[in-house]
Amino acid sequence: MMQSVKKVVTGNHATSYGAKASRVEVIAAYPITPQTQIVELLSEMVASGELKAKFIKVESEHSAMAAVIGASATGARAYTATSSHGLLLMHEMLHWAANARLPIVMANVNRAVGTPWNVWADQNDSLSQRDTGWMQIYCENNQEVFDTTIQAFRIAEQVSLPLMLNLDAFILSHTSEPIEMWDQDEIDEFLPPFNPQWKLDIEDPHSFGGLTTPDWYFELRYKIQKAQEIALSIMEKVDEDYFKLFGMRYGLVEEYKCEDADIILLVSGTIASTAKDAVDVMRQKGLKVGSAKVRVFRPFPKERVRMIAQKARKLIVIDRNISFGSEGIFFSEVKSCLYGEEYRPPMYGFIAGLGGRDVLIKDIEGIVEYASTNPPKDIIWWGVKV
Amino acid sequence: MIEIRWHGRGGQGIVTASEILASTAMKEDKYIQSFPDFGPERMGAPVRAYTRIDDKPIDLHSQVYEPDIVVVLDPTLLETINVAEGLKKNGILLINTKSSKDDIKKKVDFRGKIYVLDATTIALETIGRPIANICAVGALSKISNIVKKENIIETIKEVMGEKFSEKVVQGNINAATRGYDEVN
Amino acid sequence: MDPGVVSCHGCGATAAMRFVLKALGRDTIVVLPACCWSIIAGPFPYSSLKVPLFHTAFETGGSVASGVTAALQIKGKKATVLSWAGDGGTFDIGLQALSGAVERNENFIYVCYDNEAYMNTGIQRSSATPWGAWTTTTPQENFKSEPKKNIVEIMVAHRIPYTATATIAYPEDLIRKLKKAKEIQGSKFIHILSPCPPGWRSAPEKSVKLTRLAVQARIFPLYEVEYGRYTVNMKLPQIQVKEYLREQGRFAHLTEENITRIQENVDHDWSILLKKEEMST
Repeated sequence: MMQSVKKVVTGNHATSYGAKASRVEVIAAYPITPQTQIVELLSEMVASGELKAKFIKVESEHSAMAAVIGASATGARAYTATSSHGLLLMHEMLHWAANARLPIVMANVNRAVGTPWNVWADQNDSLSQRDTGWMQIYCENNQEVFDTTIQAFRIAEQVSLPLMLNLDAFILSHTSEPIEMWDQDEIDEFLPPFNPQWKLDIEDPHSFGGLTTPDWYFELRYKIQKAQEIALSIMEKVDEDYFKLFGMRYGLVEEYKCEDADIILLVSGTIASTAKDAVDVMRQKGLKVGSAKVRVFRPFPKERVRMIAQKARKLIVIDRNISFGSEGIFFSEVKSCLYGEEYRPPMYGFIAGLGGRDVLIKDIEGIVEYASTNPPKDIIWWGVKV
Repeated sequence: MIEIRWHGRGGQGIVTASEILASTAMKEDKYIQSFPDFGPERMGAPVRAYTRIDDKPIDLHSQVYEPDIVVVLDPTLLETINVAEGLKKNGILLINTKSSKDDIKKKVDFRGKIYVLDATTIALETIGRPIANICAVGALSKISNIVKKENIIETIKEVMGEKFSEKVVQGNINAATRGYDEVN
Repeated sequence: MDPGVVSCHGCGATAAMRFVLKALGRDTIVVLPACCWSIIAGPFPYSSLKVPLFHTAFETGGSVASGVTAALQIKGKKATVLSWAGDGGTFDIGLQALSGAVERNENFIYVCYDNEAYMNTGIQRSSATPWGAWTTTTPQENFKSEPKKNIVEIMVAHRIPYTATATIAYPEDLIRKLKKAKEIQGSKFIHILSPCPPGWRSAPEKSVKLTRLAVQARIFPLYEVEYGRYTVNMKLPQIQVKEYLREQGRFAHLTEENITRIQENVDHDWSILLKKEEMST
């Protein structure tokens, strides 16, 4: 029986190891900076026989998603990885995968979108796909990337919807951190083989996706929404089971020092990680600040966010993204889920870190200071040089 | 937390140096992060790598601006960039060079502790290639005490043992040991 | 071109661009889909090219160029539209747009500088990677086992006015071909072999020599196809493929048997090429 192994790995390799531990069967991927190491390692593991899977070296990301759709529809556990423009090129097929109710898992390295070219951390790529029906999780460190990859398969296969896990370009993808990789037997216990009820099978022939009239289509969409709604409780149960086996627990929203906080920061990705240090620094200075990492974005954890909002005198959202013509995307979601609540704290929407601009402890301190001394505002471009 | 910045050129192994140091620190129950300059790397272009070492888990995920230690693997960089930028006043600067400490002091904008080492020559003598990175890691352990020499040797065996021959691994161990012994 | 490009030592693509722009002149607009040259061109706010340059998405070399050409036509303006793409953006992800553009016989020159893998993202295989080569996605034991896609024949099959191969080792030949292409109306496709020292594991100072060896070994024959008529430009004394292969670490693992197979395929392809020349005259 193997033990758990501690290894220093980059975020990219963390998801490769996660996919391997999940015994993925078909991988189809196309290289794009900064995701390439994910597929290179998987390619090596398949070549050496360490991972028994088929690796299709497709000629574009559109084909990568199309290929994993084909594989998943045939009953194989399928995985892919991409970033930025690669994700955007898949867009049409992202809809297809979710509407086909296929439990594909994809690692997306959050990278800015052009033009102009920019390879650094930014969430516009994944967030602009938020309507496709994919579940979305945002990771803050490499251990979480490894764990979330494994959890993703179980969640996706129970919900019958695909899941995208996100990690910040370079800040996680290329940063080496120690992770613990659990015992394979225990992972196998947590994640049994993929065994879908419906698949392409000559022994049990069915037709998938034929022309569907308005008489039927509506109900299919209703079912997808319902699936996303129960996904929240499924994710919580999966989290609980994972904790029992491996001692790691992540939740939908992770609170840090929010109990007695006056100001609460709602953050995601690596900004959430840095925010914990910033909270500590500010607490030492006597400020009652807390941070809450919104880990799951789709389905949006409305109840948890409402509960956190109750605690705060002011809510600050930091978005490493923007929906042009509107506002920061996490900000929008938070604001809208508080509609109708009796108590709605004033909210501040900060846009920061686009295109990989660094977000430091002192930036977060500055953001809190601004919010402490200014009226609420929907969009504040932190550090913009104009 | 200790933050280290490494300077070199593409192909000189500064990322490996940072990773070996980080893995060694992990053996000593420390928490670590190791990362390169973020962006496309071109052979021969100036690049940097960073290491963070702490007694508790590292949540900080921003860049390194004020390192405690700076290691320069390629002395030609002294002509083109300020290697001491951001280096804390009470920090340490280690430079791979044939020049003397006094000559170096004239070239860098830093009044703190400076150490020199001809790591390239040691590398040629121990591993047969002018790749000074492992030698520098050995030297770093002597001047900073952040990791123990024996643990560096163990890490070299583990990390390099998988891909390289006995001879290469031993050569690197010798490079690190001589770096430790000869840094000035 | 201005000095100060950020390519690797010995990059074939940099020399190629220099010769191509020399041939085409300043009245050229460059369309640049994602490839090594996206970086070599220089980061904002710099550009190493003295002509107008439009960066675009990976798969759109053919389609964006079509738009630029159409706009020039409707505005009554004259300029040479040059799509400058790597093998990834030509053979693989960009094939659809390229096929579409040349099928419509859009008036532009498409140059594919071929370093035989996705080099900009770190040496992953493309369909231009030759049989037997190491890449990060075709590691040692599982070297590339599919033959190199013949992009020139694909272009010829589209019946375009002009298709040619060229290398940096024979710059007069390259320049002649680009100047010729400039004078032709319709779609022109030029395939340039472009050594990549980090990806080919070759010595940076040998890039020019490598392309010469490729021509002499008949691995990369220099020829033109004008409206279906083949002309083989250089019938040099043949050298054995192993003289070319052994200069590159990406072929270091090949056995005698592998090399014999490559030699046989090269000889076969060469004889077919000569027959095509004969038949089309």
